[in-house]
Amino acid sequence: MKLRTVTAVAAIALLAACSTKKTEVAATAPAAAPPPPPPAAKPSGPAPDSLEYFNTVVGNTVQFDFDRYDLDAEDQARLRAQAQWLNQYANRTLTVEGHCDERGTREYNLALGDRRANAVRQYLVSQGVNANRVKLISYGKERPLCVSSDEGCWARNRRGVSAAQ
Amino acid sequence: MMMQLNKIAGAAFVAALVGLFASTADAQVRLDITRGRVEPMPIAITIFPGASPEVQQLGRDISQVITTDLERSGLFRPLDPKAFLQDLTSLDVQPRFADWRTLAAQALVQGAVEPLPGGQARVAFRLWDVFGGQQMEGQAYTTQPENWRRVAHLIADRIYTAITGETGYFDTRVVYIAESGPPLERVKRLAIMDQDGANSRYLTNGANLVLTPRFSPTAQEITYMSYFRNVPRVYLFNIDSGRQEVLGDFPGMTFAPRFMPDGNKVLLSMASNGNSEVYEMDLRTRKTARLTDHPAIDTSPSASPDGSKITFASDRGGSQQIYVMNADGSDPKRISFAKDKGRYATPVWSPRGDLIAFTRYANTDGNFYIGVMNPDGSGERLLAQGFLVESPTWAPNGRVLMYFAQARNGGRTRLYSIDLSGYNQREIITPQDASDPAWSPLIP
Repeated sequence: MKLRTVTAVAAIALLAACSTKKTEVAATAPAAAPPPPPPAAKPSGPAPDSLEYFNTVVGNTVQFDFDRYDLDAEDQARLRAQAQWLNQYANRTLTVEGHCDERGTREYNLALGDRRANAVRQYLVSQGVNANRVKLISYGKERPLCVSSDEGCWARNRRGVSAAQ
Repeated sequence: MMMQLNKIAGAAFVAALVGLFASTADAQVRLDITRGRVEPMPIAITIFPGASPEVQQLGRDISQVITTDLERSGLFRPLDPKAFLQDLTSLDVQPRFADWRTLAAQALVQGAVEPLPGGQARVAFRLWDVFGGQQMEGQAYTTQPENWRRVAHLIADRIYTAITGETGYFDTRVVYIAESGPPLERVKRLAIMDQDGANSRYLTNGANLVLTPRFSPTAQEITYMSYFRNVPRVYLFNIDSGRQEVLGDFPGMTFAPRFMPDGNKVLLSMASNGNSEVYEMDLRTRKTARLTDHPAIDTSPSASPDGSKITFASDRGGSQQIYVMNADGSDPKRISFAKDKGRYATPVWSPRGDLIAFTRYANTDGNFYIGVMNPDGSGERLLAQGFLVESPTWAPNGRVLMYFAQARNGGRTRLYSIDLSGYNQREIITPQDASDPAWSPLIP
């Protein structure tokens, strides 16, 4: 149930992104009786094939529970959107970064980060992305987003980041 | 840079060790450091006299480092020289033992420094059993004056050994990661220093993330992990030449390196498709062999001093625990079992072979611990605790551990040492934040 809802939401988000763009084009049309003004060429959001679009609209990050590397429904929905984008823009490649919170030893976290990055890659591959397009790197606990020693910050740091190129 | 490296590697130590005072009496002054907490022994360390102001300064400096070494060991209580009743103006002056007994000194260190032609200096000392009135130890060293710290550490080691019967550890170094910059933009450099924190210097420039350095058994090489070109791999660093090379041609991330005790092989982990296994690489043949074969995480390998066993961390049982296997990878057995479902990590075999040090993370109280257990898993003892303590490393005599502690909220990282007894916790003062310490063997 939950899985479906999330998928639907993701789909709506994608539609919304598209429709915003359409509206913009339509809105400029009537005013364009004289030569089209330069602002009209500029869409309101990032271009769908841009890295910015991938990072902000598709979403480049999934989260993990403590010492876990399984992907919940929300993560899977996001990764399906990532896969869709990758399948659409075949010249794009990914480096999936695996990250951990500080509550582990350095070496174990390097292994755990690799495991998380691999879980992301496996899911993308299951959605039709060629494994050769997805590289892995583990940063363990070396590249935190925040340094507060509390659950909120630890949760943010337990992540897989799809860095698109 | 290379010049300095050469120097600290000890090549320039024009060592002429002269056993002038070979007659060593039966030591009556003894500390048994194998059982629990020891009451520090009162020891009088005289300021080594010299003829000229420069040599006198050298003598003061050497006496100070000996004093600090012995005091920091927690086994000695150096007495204040201001209280001394006799001025031992040369090595030939016989101590008035009655005077030293009134200070309750049990041991007395007498010394002298004299300049030699060619700019060298001769540093000599005698260690006396005050109550027995007998010499326990005596040595003379000829050295370049700039190596005075090393001479002081060598003398401190001699005294430590004469009184405890154990090998000393003062003439050793520590490689570690020097950390600088704000918490979210940490710069990490490979650094090396004397065990007391002196003579700290960088070995890498901070351009690449570096982690987990460890010494070779000769202390001439370091194996560590670097993100050079964003490809995380294990490297070798030769301290003498400054030469660095990637270790092996592994298809995945390599990490958690550690030398085998014979120095001919390096143990490490490789991660491939989400699975980390323990490998060994022979440095002579460049051949690699996989030692573990399990879909779980297998990492942090460390060999027993005779090279017959390897301890490592694995979560094959559901949570991360410590295992011991034969050196060929056969017969892995779990040795850590915590009632509170604590996780165990970073097992490191003692150079004596009798214990395995580890990091433990207890789910119940959220604290990290440094502890030791017997190689069969029995006799677990927790020695140090903190919000985050990690990465134990053994002094070469297996009596002291060093580790690092990280403060909450991305706060400072610092190095500490603690005795096997669980007492005598000391901070090692470093110029910057420091993590991932690794203690050298005795410098050859």
